[in-house]
Amino acid sequence: MSDHDYKPKSKVGQWFNDRLPLLTLANHLTDYPTPKNLNYWWTFGGILTFCLITQIITGLTLAMHYIAHADMAFESVEHIMRDVNYGWLIRYIHANGASMFFLAVYIHIFRSLFYGSYKSPREIIWILGIIIYLLMMAAAFMGYVLPWGQMSFWGATVITNLFSAIPLVGEGIVTWLWGGYSVDNPTLTRFFTLHYLIPFLILGLVVLHIWALHVPGNNNPVGIDIKKPSKDTVPFHPYIVIKDGFALLMFMIVFAFFVFYTPNILGHADNYIEANPMVTPAHIVPEWYLLPFYAILRSVPDKLLGVVAMLSAILILAALPWLDTSKIRSAVFRPLYKQFYWILVADVLILGYVGAMPAEGLYLLIARVATAYYFLHFLVILPVLGFKERTLPVPLSITEPILGGSPNLAAARHRESKIK
Amino acid sequence: MKKLFKLILILSFFSLNSAQTFAAEKVDYLKTDWSFKGLFGKFDRAALQRGYQVYTEVCASCHSMKYLSYRNLSEKGGPEFSEAAAKAIAASFEVTDGPNADGEMFTRPGKLSDKFVMPYDNVKAAQAANGGAYPPDMSVLVKARGGGVDYIYSLLQGYEDPPSGVTLDDGVYYNKYMYGNKIRMAAPLSDGIVEYGDGTNASVEQMSKDVTTFLMWSAEPHLEARHQMGFKAIVYLIILTILVYFSMKKIWSGVESEV
Repeated sequence: MSDHDYKPKSKVGQWFNDRLPLLTLANHLTDYPTPKNLNYWWTFGGILTFCLITQIITGLTLAMHYIAHADMAFESVEHIMRDVNYGWLIRYIHANGASMFFLAVYIHIFRSLFYGSYKSPREIIWILGIIIYLLMMAAAFMGYVLPWGQMSFWGATVITNLFSAIPLVGEGIVTWLWGGYSVDNPTLTRFFTLHYLIPFLILGLVVLHIWALHVPGNNNPVGIDIKKPSKDTVPFHPYIVIKDGFALLMFMIVFAFFVFYTPNILGHADNYIEANPMVTPAHIVPEWYLLPFYAILRSVPDKLLGVVAMLSAILILAALPWLDTSKIRSAVFRPLYKQFYWILVADVLILGYVGAMPAEGLYLLIARVATAYYFLHFLVILPVLGFKERTLPVPLSITEPILGGSPNLAAARHRESKIK
Repeated sequence: MKKLFKLILILSFFSLNSAQTFAAEKVDYLKTDWSFKGLFGKFDRAALQRGYQVYTEVCASCHSMKYLSYRNLSEKGGPEFSEAAAKAIAASFEVTDGPNADGEMFTRPGKLSDKFVMPYDNVKAAQAANGGAYPPDMSVLVKARGGGVDYIYSLLQGYEDPPSGVTLDDGVYYNKYMYGNKIRMAAPLSDGIVEYGDGTNASVEQMSKDVTTFLMWSAEPHLEARHQMGFKAIVYLIILTILVYFSMKKIWSGVESEV
């Protein structure tokens, strides 16, 4: 990287850059050497940035029309949907945008799991990512409360009640969170405040996440360390910019389909019923992206242990760089890990499915087995696998996959045949 | 290790299987072809106008529609009554206004800017008049029910005599599409209960369809604008995606890597 040697061409540019090196930063971002073999799973970082910005812009607009009051919130949302110019569009983008955000973040996380992007020297990037993910869940949960529909109200009641499981101080904490003795207006106003705050915290953490990324540079599908810049890398602009842009457009087509044609399919019908503390809905279900953790929570018979299990399921991810003992990053060269990876994916999908079902009979049994397996994967399988697994030989560089097994082998052969 | 794989596979198979049985247990709602479904779906203007008539002559005696204003009736994408007709509709309702200079509340004929007049002053009054059951506000009703329009359409036609063994309390009726089959609302529609101005035969099926269409509009007044914009947006995105794809191919043509 030639960051420090960068000198703006114009005199004004030099004058400015000597005082605030923004142009050096811009130059660094443009030239940033990126592995040339990144596949489309790597485009979700850019997509997530887009999601965050979209949520912030639509959210700011909604906040100009929304009224955070227990008696007026539901009505103000209907006002947005009916009378605000393109209010329906802004709200549907924001509501579906949350789902799109989580869809993208799950792909991003599972990309990292497959290619071992959390391993040394990228542990800090990974942990920052987990914090961002936690904040996203908090923001999404509080955002879902704001329309003050039935699911808003009862979802808030169920989730805040989890804190009552804490011994001794639990009940006090719940009262403190609610600002009273039940979910009511004070709860709504503080949730609105926090829902407004958290995206900016996330934005700050995203800056750190990217900063930490730019120290070692991107991991890549082969998972080896590469020289930067070299034959193995391309400058971020225009190569990665256009590729990320292409992927983002594809993502936006899916996004647009939800917004314009099935805007309510990911929500729950009960949330179009105004909150009523006297009537409990038949089934209280969280949004789809929280279902796996909801299933873990309900699969433990004890309330406190259930909460502990649910939190551990997320926090265990932060310890992942040390739980995974294998020196090889990419699953491409780890035949056994690759199989366990897909089992984990299936396991999380099953958890998500049973999370939406009533916690009884066969569903509860499946939830328990899947919960046990989830922890087994991280606490037993991963540490043992690092020592027991016979990995495949790893190529020395991206360009010359001399030992075979590289995903680029096919590409190289293809080129060779063209030259001949 | 192989056994573990098999166990997981079998489990996932079971869970998928039970998903299907779960879906099969759901009630099959009556189906009809809704003009507002699909990429270019639009409301049937005549059905909306008839639906408004059913709402105002039948439903409105118990069910409020508090998020709608009379001006909505003449707005684009809705029933599109002429402004004069909407004004006449509004004026046919008595609206409480005030206080005036003397501090008195007074009534006046409705204006376009007024919200739909509510049948009861408050929820308690509505409950008192309906044997303790609150007739839900209808503004967003179709979005507030799992089955949506199909559910409402079926419910209106789902009244029948209770099967033997089911006993009903006074003021409770049997409806095969209602959750739990017991409903506090008597069958609201009967053949010819309204007289359509356009000569359409007011059968229960026809009125159910018309009023459900009207309720879909009341819940999603900008549905037509949304569908039109959605089509343009997606076509635009697809064209842009194709252009960007070829730009990307060109930019990457000098790099020994596939995109």
